Amino acid sequence: MSRRSRWITLGAVWGAVVVAAVVAPFYLEGFWLQTGLFAMSAAVGAIGINLLTGATGQLSLGHAFFLAVGAYAYVYLSTDVGLPTPLAAVVAVLLAGAAGGAFSPIAGRLKGAYLGIATLALIFGGQHVLFNAEPLTGGYNGRAVPPMELFGFVFADSPGLVLLNVPFGALERLWFLGLVVLAGAAAFARGVLRGRPGLAMNTIRDHEIAAGVMGVPVARYRAGVFVLSSMYGGLAGVLVALVFQRAVPDYFGFLLSLDYLAMIVIGGLGSVAGAVIGAVFVSLLPQLLTRYSDALPLVAEPGSGGVSPAEAARILYGAAVVTLVLFLPGGLLGLATRLRRVIPRIKELRWLNSAPAPASRR
Amino acid sequence: MTTFLELLVNGISVGAVYALIALGFVVIFKATEVVNFTHASLLLAGGFLVAKLHPALGFWLALAAGVAGAALVGALIEFLIIRRARVGSHGVLAIVTIGVDILLTTELTREIGTDVLALGDPWRDQVLHLGPIMIAETRVVALGVAAALITAFLLAFKFTGWGVAMRATAEDAETAALMGVRLGRVSLSAWAVAGALAAIAALFLCVFPTPGLDRSTTAAAMKAFPAAILGGLDSTTGALAGGLIVGVTEALMSGYQSQLAFLGRGIGDAAPFLVMIAILLFRPAGIFGTKELARV
Repeated sequence: MSRRSRWITLGAVWGAVVVAAVVAPFYLEGFWLQTGLFAMSAAVGAIGINLLTGATGQLSLGHAFFLAVGAYAYVYLSTDVGLPTPLAAVVAVLLAGAAGGAFSPIAGRLKGAYLGIATLALIFGGQHVLFNAEPLTGGYNGRAVPPMELFGFVFADSPGLVLLNVPFGALERLWFLGLVVLAGAAAFARGVLRGRPGLAMNTIRDHEIAAGVMGVPVARYRAGVFVLSSMYGGLAGVLVALVFQRAVPDYFGFLLSLDYLAMIVIGGLGSVAGAVIGAVFVSLLPQLLTRYSDALPLVAEPGSGGVSPAEAARILYGAAVVTLVLFLPGGLLGLATRLRRVIPRIKELRWLNSAPAPASRR
Repeated sequence: MTTFLELLVNGISVGAVYALIALGFVVIFKATEVVNFTHASLLLAGGFLVAKLHPALGFWLALAAGVAGAALVGALIEFLIIRRARVGSHGVLAIVTIGVDILLTTELTREIGTDVLALGDPWRDQVLHLGPIMIAETRVVALGVAAALITAFLLAFKFTGWGVAMRATAEDAETAALMGVRLGRVSLSAWAVAGALAAIAALFLCVFPTPGLDRSTTAAAMKAFPAAILGGLDSTTGALAGGLIVGVTEALMSGYQSQLAFLGRGIGDAAPFLVMIAILLFRPAGIFGTKELARV
């Protein structure tokens, strides 16, 4: 394929994606919009953790904590302090980054799976704080999340708004906010990965000593990437809180961290697109299974004693993590690239068999 | 003073159980350099087998079956998955074990449901009076069994052919293989031993004063992770020290909770992890861990 036609296909694909994303809220019902919004916030968080785990090789099991920091900081700053909501969201993300920075003496020194165990402390310590600091977090029952208000436009059900005969409630409005945030987060991460920092991060992952010898400040980079990815976590937390409209401590537990790891392994380690694909997969799977549990074999309705949809989803993506790492180390994204490489070759083979090869191929 | 002593003895005995779990963890790490996140679910598997089999087989046979079962699960994970994974870095293998853990834990907690399963142990809720100190019999047994197992294990590590093979592999896998050490067997046996130790630990984590085996048992098992890493992932002594530190910290923090009210409810559960962070700040490789040196 020539360079130009490749650009055209790429443009067409992206155009279709953008159109589909913009048109979606006019057609989809609330359930799918909410699922989609969860997928978007998960994608933002997954991009962050892919920078850390996929690109730099540092395992983190503590990212649920940074989501919690983002979500609760947003609630606290907008409700109790009275900051305007956009400012509260920005400060919440910065605070999540600061929390990551406070962990940097550990994040900079420990590598790989060691860091994974150390970050367990964030989860368990974090849960302890969330349940006990009641004035701040509302304890077990959590706190209500005030809707975002941007230049007088409120991301909530009221005041009512009808666009092209479609009532635009909180979910429809948040959908566009989510799209913009996700696009921004993805573009920034792509820039980081493609530039010098990305090269340095990959070198640290592949060979720490070589990276040090080439002049990469390894500890500083590890700490820096940790801070950056915790800011992504905070942003995902703000987004998920806005969608949920309530922040409860139970949600930000160990299982959430595992979900994020599963996302990047399933999607593909070390790339933005992989994180997004994995996030969509892992967030959609339980919802799909719940929705169609009566039509699927082996999946029972919740509470009836069989395998519930949530459990089935968990088992499926646990198995997906294992099989993908064993047989398809690049994740779903790797599968796509591989297919892209294989399909033209198959076409070429067919063509070779049907016609005499041109001189250049002899 | 009596409260303190009681808490201390309790802490040491729980710590010995954590040390058992951490020991298995360290053995796997030494033999295969894999950080094994399935450990909590291995433990759950062992405990679950004992709980399900003891009405039919009686306690001792059920315990044997539980130990054998957990060892088998460990060995199967090694044989079917870890050995087949041809991945470059051990970090990715750690993620594979997380995947296995998600699978096993989901299935086991589904089987357990909301039940609290008794393990049918012969000690029940008897309490021993040592002068002014009262301590549950199960805790004394736990301490004794853990001490005996750990001693036996360390002796085996030092003097048997298996132990030598294991240590040689930990030192330099390639050279060991050239010397005729069968790496596959070493790593298989490491996983099996770790599974067996975890099953025994499961027994003592679930007997009196704990109500029994339930969903939250994995959370208790997770405390072995800080135990292993704060002692040093590649050190058996470290696993012992780490287990004891975690056990004693947890017991004291929960025991004096009312005096430590400013730290909030349930500080005992979070304390092991905070201690781990405090120690890692000063010794990133753990207390007894070897600092990694590289020549360029």
